[in-house]
Amino acid sequence: MDGRGILQGLAVTLKHFIASYVDDFKRKNRYFSEEGVKYRSSPEVEGIFTIQYPEERRILHENFRYIPFLVYDEGEEGQRDIRCTACGICAKVCPAQTIWIVRAKDPNTGRPVSKPAEFYIDTTLCMNCGLCAEFCPFDAIIMDHDFEIAVYDKPDMVFDIERLLRPASYYQQIRPTQYAQKAAEREAKAKAKAARRGAARTK
Amino acid sequence: MKRPNGDELQKPGYDIPDELKGSVVVTTLNRLYNWGRRNSVWPMMFGLACCAIEMIATAASRYDLARFGMEVMRPSPRQSDVMIVSGTVTKRMAPLIVRLYNQMPMPKYVIAMGACASGGGPFKEGYNVVSGVDKLIPVDVYIPGCPPTPEALLFGLMKLQQKIEKQSFREVYTKPDYIPEPVLGPDLMDPRDYPKIREYTQKKLEALQQQAAQAAQG
Amino acid sequence: MAQPAVAASDLEARFSDILTPDTRKGYEGYIVKPEGLLAFAKALRDEYGYDYLSSVTGVDYLPNDMMEVVYHAYKITGGPPLVFKVQVPRDNPVVPSVTSIWPGADFQEREAWDLLGIRFEGHPNLRRILLWEGFWGHPLRKDWREPYYEGEHKPFKQRTSGPHFWHEDHSPFGKNVDYPPGFDPYTWEPETADQILYESVVQRTRKPEQEELHSEQVVVNLGPQHPSTHGVFRMIATLDGETVVALEPVMGYLHRNHEKIGERNTWIMNIPYTDRLDYITAMSNNFGYVLAVEKLMGLEPPERAQYLRVIMAELTRIVNHMWAIGFLLNDLGAFFTPALYAIEERELILDIFEAASGSRMMNNYMRFGGVVRDIPEDAWDMLVKLVTDRLPRKIDELDRFLTHNEIIKSRCLGVGVLTPEQAIALSTAGPVLRASGVPYDVRRAEPYGIYDRFDFEVAVRYHGDVYDRYLIRIDEMRQSLRILEQAIRDIPERGAPILAGKPQYQVRVPAGEAYGRVEGPKGELGFYVVSTGKANPWRYHVRAPSFINLTALEAMSIGNKVADLVVILGSIDIVLGEVDR
Ligand code: SF4
Ligand code: SF4
Repeated sequence: MDGRGILQGLAVTLKHFIASYVDDFKRKNRYFSEEGVKYRSSPEVEGIFTIQYPEERRILHENFRYIPFLVYDEGEEGQRDIRCTACGICAKVCPAQTIWIVRAKDPNTGRPVSKPAEFYIDTTLCMNCGLCAEFCPFDAIIMDHDFEIAVYDKPDMVFDIERLLRPASYYQQIRPTQYAQKAAEREAKAKAKAARRGAARTK
Repeated sequence: MKRPNGDELQKPGYDIPDELKGSVVVTTLNRLYNWGRRNSVWPMMFGLACCAIEMIATAASRYDLARFGMEVMRPSPRQSDVMIVSGTVTKRMAPLIVRLYNQMPMPKYVIAMGACASGGGPFKEGYNVVSGVDKLIPVDVYIPGCPPTPEALLFGLMKLQQKIEKQSFREVYTKPDYIPEPVLGPDLMDPRDYPKIREYTQKKLEALQQQAAQAAQG
Repeated sequence: MAQPAVAASDLEARFSDILTPDTRKGYEGYIVKPEGLLAFAKALRDEYGYDYLSSVTGVDYLPNDMMEVVYHAYKITGGPPLVFKVQVPRDNPVVPSVTSIWPGADFQEREAWDLLGIRFEGHPNLRRILLWEGFWGHPLRKDWREPYYEGEHKPFKQRTSGPHFWHEDHSPFGKNVDYPPGFDPYTWEPETADQILYESVVQRTRKPEQEELHSEQVVVNLGPQHPSTHGVFRMIATLDGETVVALEPVMGYLHRNHEKIGERNTWIMNIPYTDRLDYITAMSNNFGYVLAVEKLMGLEPPERAQYLRVIMAELTRIVNHMWAIGFLLNDLGAFFTPALYAIEERELILDIFEAASGSRMMNNYMRFGGVVRDIPEDAWDMLVKLVTDRLPRKIDELDRFLTHNEIIKSRCLGVGVLTPEQAIALSTAGPVLRASGVPYDVRRAEPYGIYDRFDFEVAVRYHGDVYDRYLIRIDEMRQSLRILEQAIRDIPERGAPILAGKPQYQVRVPAGEAYGRVEGPKGELGFYVVSTGKANPWRYHVRAPSFINLTALEAMSIGNKVADLVVILGSIDIVLGEVDR
């Protein structure tokens, strides 16, 4: 009990204090650059650890998930081809029961078609678990990276289909690996189907 | 007449039109006042559930709440400006949250952090969960997410700053200062609802009695 | 290891009048008649060595009109459990309390009373624990419906076939409330609940034997708004001067009805919910739950998934202990610097979690039969660097920073002592148990997953005070690193399967019961699940380590100063999400 332990501890604090300045000298581009942010989220980091959101942003990993969104493919005439077929798997698997789907009806026959007319995600319930995206067979619902969605009014937290739709290009941009992988899978499937059909025809 | 915009007013030497003089003093003061408030929002140190962990992480070195003048987490409601409701509001906790809110001095702000505080979240159907803190006290900013990442919380706080900045003197004090505390009975009871509750339970009783009578007859 | 079967024939013969084997398909253990329970339990503890009662819980078998209380008892020297059950009629469920034999059953029995309405005769303090005195009904009963009732189980119909609605719009009060028929709010006295509480603490106060100095005792209420940095937890202490003479933890301020919701959920839906139990250690919670369900399903995850699970669970342990130490120091008054250093490492580990699972805290990473996705390559590189270089360095630094600090020593040494006998009797688990000199670790005592392959030591310290509970966490982090190094070395190459079978959202779980337990960072985390073969669990119970560790809080605190209460609480390391569930 002679205070040596305290001094030892204080030495650690001092080291941290000094490291933050030393590191500033050692590294150029330490702040406000992608390189700097990368360094500050790597295991090598010493010294200052802060990432100064909103000027700097943490590099979100591709797999990061927040609220889901719906994907549409941009058609040739600029129309939006919604990938969702209103199969309801996401609504069934959603643990918080956050997803409401209303099927579209054929305007002529009145029969339900496989497109959603309305699609709601209630973000006051959504637990960002990602199960909906995981089990969607059409790669139509994807977990977003956008977390800047704070609002002033509660009704704004219920996202309707307009709020949820995002183009496939956005999807590709935030999750390139998954996008490529799923696209390849789809292609393979389509090919297999075509081959089967072809085989059937030749028979 | 050309309307002076805020930035110009800040510059020295701008001469204020005579007819505006009275109001201009108010707006500049207001701006100064809001600028001060905006940059020293002290949150209450008060965490409820998972989201509180992210709130603490926000205060820690990677996100550093101090950059926003908010690092002074006050354990006492008397010294705080904003209550970050970080987590599930349960019925058992509800009276205490309202009490804490009542104890905060005006002007006060409430942030509902995360799905639970906004609307019950994944636990909404639970029997002990309040469907969002807005059922108890007025909320200024809602942050979706479960839990909102620290950045999302920071974004929410910046939204609050924007809101504060736009407020005029008059608006600042329009919030209810006192809200009657709910009471824990067989379920959570708002004292303002008592007549309604009695009516409801009476009706229920009558229905039951009727049923019993019918059963006895048939 | 000794199978209970060795003693079984012996047991059956000896207690043939009160004991029958449980022959239902998928069930194990014995059914004990309530009359004979106490004698049976006493013999189990004293003669057969089952001195550690891990879990007590109830199940409501509505179709059979029966309530069942399930006990899981272990030997503190390791080995599988002895499961026994007591069955009582549903309309008058009375079971003798085993608190006189295993005091650790205290809170668990209170919980079963609170949620299921099973009365435990002889319990010294049978009051509600998670809900408040006066609550209407016992919510875990199968015929009890919550105000927002929408269906017996998910998925609910309205979701795939209708526009969005909010539950509260259907409620007459616009809120999540309901009241019993004929109830009159004007005659309700809200203070009674608190009075009962205070009186129960005062009553238990033991008068000092020698009353040389006459001093008055005061009842002090701490919390629930943050007595420390551990969430909404409340303590009521009786003080004699500054010394604590009786203490009662009051909880339930974060009771989120995990189990009721869990029984409405499908099997897979519960995985993300377990994340929110102990929200600092989501990965371990996932592990425990999938383990229990895999037991029922008879599923074995592939190698690589096994390793990934271990890696994630051990990283979680480091995260948790970092956090616990940081905030223990906070409670000691070293405001935030140690916590800041600790959180820094936590953030780096969370980056790995985020890359692998998608979320920093709520990982939802494990699935029945494996894990959801392989860890990406960049995250793997980071993991290797962290484990081999940074974390050992940082743990040493933390050690240097705090361990020999005289202030910490003088505040922690000899404070909050728990003897090994008490620790076992009170069913404490994890670091609390091991700091009291009992080297019990589920990873060793009953290895699960692939833990039998790793070379590590069960950390143990012998004084049972706050200081040892701090040291043991440092020890455990070092052991975790050891396991991690071996796991990184031995893991099968990338590309090996990580999931047995196809990803499925509707799993088939055969009828039966299972108890899966893992050594979570806070102690033994157990999941008791009962399946009827349907899409959702019939019973889903969590044996939460921090909840049961709190049973020991009074024993630790008595005789200490009130100023140390917060530190003692901090040293148990509770997380309210798990305590209250
Ligand atoms: S992320 Fe989870 S909670 Fe949210 S909509 Fe998808 S499945 Fe539902
Ligand atoms: S919103 Fe999610 S993270 Fe936040 S308290 Fe609720 S369950 Fe926990």
